[in-house]
Amino acid sequence: MPENNIENNDAAGRGLDPEARGREAAVREVRDTADTPAGSHQKDIGGPSAGLMMEHFVADATTTPVAETDSRSAEGAPVSLWRDAWRQLRKKPTFIIAALLILLVIVVALLPQLFWTENPSAASTQCLLENSNGKASAGHPMGFTAQGCDVYSRVIAGTRASLMVGLLTTIGVVVIGGLIGALAGYFGGWIDGVLARLGDVFFALPLILGALVVMQLPFFKAHRGVWTLVVVLVLFGWPQIARIMRGAVVEVRNADYVVSARSLGVSSLGILMRHIIPNAMAPVIVIATISLGTFIVAESTLSYLGIGLPPSMMSWGNDISDAKDAFRSNPMPVFWPGLALSLTVLSFIMLGDALRDALDPKARKK
Amino acid sequence: MRYNRISKTLGVAALATLSLTACGGGGGGGGSDEAADGSAVITADTVEPQNPLVPTNTNETGGGVVVQQIFNGLVTYDSEGKTQNDLADSIESKDKQTWTIKIKPDMKFTNGEKITAQSFVDSWNYGAAAKNAQGNASFFEPIEGYEKVSAEGSTEDKMSGLKAVDDHTFTVKLVSPQSDFEQRLGYTAFAPMPSSAFKDMKAFGENPVGYGPYKMAKEGAWQHNSAIDLVKNEDYKGPEAAKNGGINFKLYQNPDTAYQDLISNNLDVLQQVPTGALGNYKSDLGDRYSDKPYAGIQTLAVPEYQDNWKGEAGKLRRQALSMAIDRQEITKVIFNETRSPATDFTAPTIEGYEKDLPNSENTKFDKDKAKELWAKAEKIQPYNKSQKLTIAFNADAGGHKKWVDAVANQIKNNLGIEVEGKSYSTFKELRTDAKAGKLTGATRSGWQADYPSMYNFMGPTFTKGASSNDSRYDNPKFEDTLDAGLEAKSTEDGVKKFQEADSMLLEDLPSIPLWYNQANTAWSENVSGVGTGWDGVPEYYKVEKTKS
Amino acid sequence: MAWYLVKRLLQLIPVFLGATLLVYFLVFMTPGDPLDALCGDKGCTPGVAAALTEQYHLGDPFFVQYFSYIGGLLTGDLGVNFSGREISDVLAGAFPATVRLAIIALIFEAIFGITFGLYAGLKKGGWFDSTVLVVSLVVIAVPIFVLGFVMQYFVGVKWGLAKPTVSGAADWSDLILPGIVLGLVSFAQVLRLTRTAVAENASADYVRTATAKGLTRGRVVRVHILRNSMIPVATFLGMDLGALMGGAIVTEGIFNVPGIGNQLYKALTLGDAPMVVSVVSVMVIIFCVANLLVDLLYAWLDPRIRYA
Repeated sequence: MPENNIENNDAAGRGLDPEARGREAAVREVRDTADTPAGSHQKDIGGPSAGLMMEHFVADATTTPVAETDSRSAEGAPVSLWRDAWRQLRKKPTFIIAALLILLVIVVALLPQLFWTENPSAASTQCLLENSNGKASAGHPMGFTAQGCDVYSRVIAGTRASLMVGLLTTIGVVVIGGLIGALAGYFGGWIDGVLARLGDVFFALPLILGALVVMQLPFFKAHRGVWTLVVVLVLFGWPQIARIMRGAVVEVRNADYVVSARSLGVSSLGILMRHIIPNAMAPVIVIATISLGTFIVAESTLSYLGIGLPPSMMSWGNDISDAKDAFRSNPMPVFWPGLALSLTVLSFIMLGDALRDALDPKARKK
Repeated sequence: MRYNRISKTLGVAALATLSLTACGGGGGGGGSDEAADGSAVITADTVEPQNPLVPTNTNETGGGVVVQQIFNGLVTYDSEGKTQNDLADSIESKDKQTWTIKIKPDMKFTNGEKITAQSFVDSWNYGAAAKNAQGNASFFEPIEGYEKVSAEGSTEDKMSGLKAVDDHTFTVKLVSPQSDFEQRLGYTAFAPMPSSAFKDMKAFGENPVGYGPYKMAKEGAWQHNSAIDLVKNEDYKGPEAAKNGGINFKLYQNPDTAYQDLISNNLDVLQQVPTGALGNYKSDLGDRYSDKPYAGIQTLAVPEYQDNWKGEAGKLRRQALSMAIDRQEITKVIFNETRSPATDFTAPTIEGYEKDLPNSENTKFDKDKAKELWAKAEKIQPYNKSQKLTIAFNADAGGHKKWVDAVANQIKNNLGIEVEGKSYSTFKELRTDAKAGKLTGATRSGWQADYPSMYNFMGPTFTKGASSNDSRYDNPKFEDTLDAGLEAKSTEDGVKKFQEADSMLLEDLPSIPLWYNQANTAWSENVSGVGTGWDGVPEYYKVEKTKS
Repeated sequence: MAWYLVKRLLQLIPVFLGATLLVYFLVFMTPGDPLDALCGDKGCTPGVAAALTEQYHLGDPFFVQYFSYIGGLLTGDLGVNFSGREISDVLAGAFPATVRLAIIALIFEAIFGITFGLYAGLKKGGWFDSTVLVVSLVVIAVPIFVLGFVMQYFVGVKWGLAKPTVSGAADWSDLILPGIVLGLVSFAQVLRLTRTAVAENASADYVRTATAKGLTRGRVVRVHILRNSMIPVATFLGMDLGALMGGAIVTEGIFNVPGIGNQLYKALTLGDAPMVVSVVSVMVIIFCVANLLVDLLYAWLDPRIRYA
């Protein structure tokens, strides 16, 4: 097969089969339909392509509530994609719940002293073995750990480290992996070759090996903590997002609206940033929100192996791994930090879902 | 420095269990009334041996327990650690320096080769020579000529102190009198190897041939990472004759996994109940487990090279630390009574052990006294709070964090100082720091004897320059006392000197004794007669299969 | 297409060299002296230490060590590990179990992840969607070393539904439970990915078009919705094959699978560079090949994508 350029691909694609053609037409139709907000944002560069639109136009009108159409048109002047998404988001109950939960977690992380009954790392706080694996009692609503520490206060105190590890790593991975993946997918050729293979090398490295070495560098050795862990997890976690992003970009880079944008003379960077990345974000958001949880858990595995957070630093992951041995007789010290972790991940997954829907005009029409 | 090797619990091998390397077993009954099938094979747990199964090279638990079944030497130990002759007919010496050893006639390796005095001489020479890089080389240290063959780059491999007089007699000349030399000879490093071994040691290590209650089932019986199959050696004539048809050693990566197999009756004998199961094992197993103290101890070394722990103030502080630890409570709550509080530096199963030696009150929990001692130290030299006390442990062995956390909490609660655990990701990293004198606080350490002698617990850990002297203890008076014990004419005199030395350590506390190890051997519903040796290793040869 | 394949396979060479160099260097840099690990609990006498240093080239500078390893590699000799076993034997003994384990995990997460994700996505917001969300949360929030032990205890010991540990041969049937445990986290990810893509495509206009054309529901779901949703899922699964093999350290330990994870972890803690590099090299190759397959799959899933 010859090396085709993008325009040829499209032509070839059209010639393939009715289904594929229908799909493409449909994609184009979405961007073009006047009564969607898409009509007001930058995806609309392609302009109407006659003929293929007609049948869809009818179908569309039947499913779009009139009121919604009206309210849209009342907005008037074109708004940016993000502004538009925000307008969508504020109306969604899932978004509001998720945002409130995240806010709560952040407040707990920033101001744990408002919540805990005792500061678990204060000199005056004593973990007494006589309370080992004790049941819940007054002042200790979640019972005690195997070491006789108050579970509730530890869950509160562990929020900061856990949230930071999860959030910062996710941000780092999405920014670095997303950028590399987008560049690789969009430009293809040797850039793809180099970046993708670089990803393969990093991904094949055992995380434990990387962590062992990075933690030993003089700077990190002296400042062992959340940041060290984030650097390690980002360093060895970015290829996953990069691969996903690359796949998604490869999928959309040949879309008609991109071709049109290119033929209108929009710069590569402009196309990438304004057309391709927003349209390729959906799978990245899904993986990123779940990864947020897996990073928090990865912290516990690394700490368990002695290369994560120092034992004195409280985190949900540390507490879960410490409580593992007594799980059969006293599952509560695993349950509570696990619940906190689950709720945090849940709220980010809900936020991600809402954000994705808001960014995607197709999903919004429903 | 003259000392004998003992194995340290600080091990990569501790990834596995708490058992040890030394030779085990011994006489004594232990049969059961149930009808047993003497030809049935039992299953047991160990980990993949780190090295080929060569007795002079195997010094970790995984391979040690297997080597111990297929290589017996001159003597074996009974359940209490008393020596009894196996291959030896007699072991005699007038001055405890030149020994004459006679071996029983007509004994054979499992390949049919005759065991002669020369077999011993060759094996020991092989083990000692530096060029063969054998892990147990240092066991031959007391023998004359060792120094020459063990020197760096030495190509010599014949020790001048070893001489075969005839087929059944050889003499051993030591560099100085050693009252406990005979006791050491039960360690597997001293077992004989057949001549085929020296032709191709690598191949031999895969399919070892020795003399013991068991032998390898066949060529390739060691299926790496999966199992090692042993069958009964019908020609074995010593005191450890097997009551079962063989042992199928399953190789586990994780002791918790072995435990799951045990409670589902997929495993017959488990060496040690893992820390992960301590909360449930009594209800899971009913009466199918045993508690037996064995020759092992857990301690906390506090290096004296750190400013806070130097000199007189340092000594007072270490005593305060020791008194601030409630060993009773930790052994009860954290270990579910599978350890017992330590009051000295040896172990209760060792001859000469005394529960209440002078200064042993330093190991009793007394938080008021601890505070008092601490205050006294403050007057001599104030405690530098910026050097936080850390307790180092290696995370790759697992199971240590729990008690380290508990000890840290108790010290914090009772002395009001900041203490925290410090995890090293690998054993080698911790060892490298400890050897280089770069520890920043206390470190976990522990000892398990290779042969039952008090000296064995103190020589290698607390004498100057010894490779495992992590606290850098240096006390000439203590060393003189130890030497006097070694050179004593009778065991009783020796023991007295060793007790004296032990007591000196209890005063100075270069290391803080925490608890003695106990063997918690457990077994399935399918076997009976399971006992534990002096060293904590199950006496497999006594086990009888009652159900299959 | 053929040229594309050749090009991709040629890229393996620099990747392989880069990865081995990097890994060897990292192992070389890990803290602690390999000699301390080799000598184990007891330490070595100086004579023995010197002999071991020579035997394993521990005293040589980094590049000498690395190139002697690569030199051996080119002649087909991987050398011996710290246990004195031929590394090629160790790999041949351990990889099959890990590959079987990873394949079971992959099949599990693909079948269940995609099926559940499809249903959840088609009925977005329904009770099924909510239920699988909760299940995936549990899977994500509980570390595998807890989850693995709990499943081993209940499924293996208490209910006796499967053998709690793997026997020596590590047959396919033995590996089902560990495979499921290993695949659980990825299962949650596949599920969410499928669900999102399906939900997105289900409301796309071409689906309505197809329905309007009179196609059966089944065909619409299969051809139009599912196939169009598969690109991110396929990417993920391709990548995960490698991740599962490298990430099986904990699972293999819990179920006693005689696989590569344990070998790798042991070699890492010992600082056994040739062994670590050999394991990682094989993984790099598996990665690259899996990724190549996924890239080829893209074109089948979406004909607009072409190789260049």
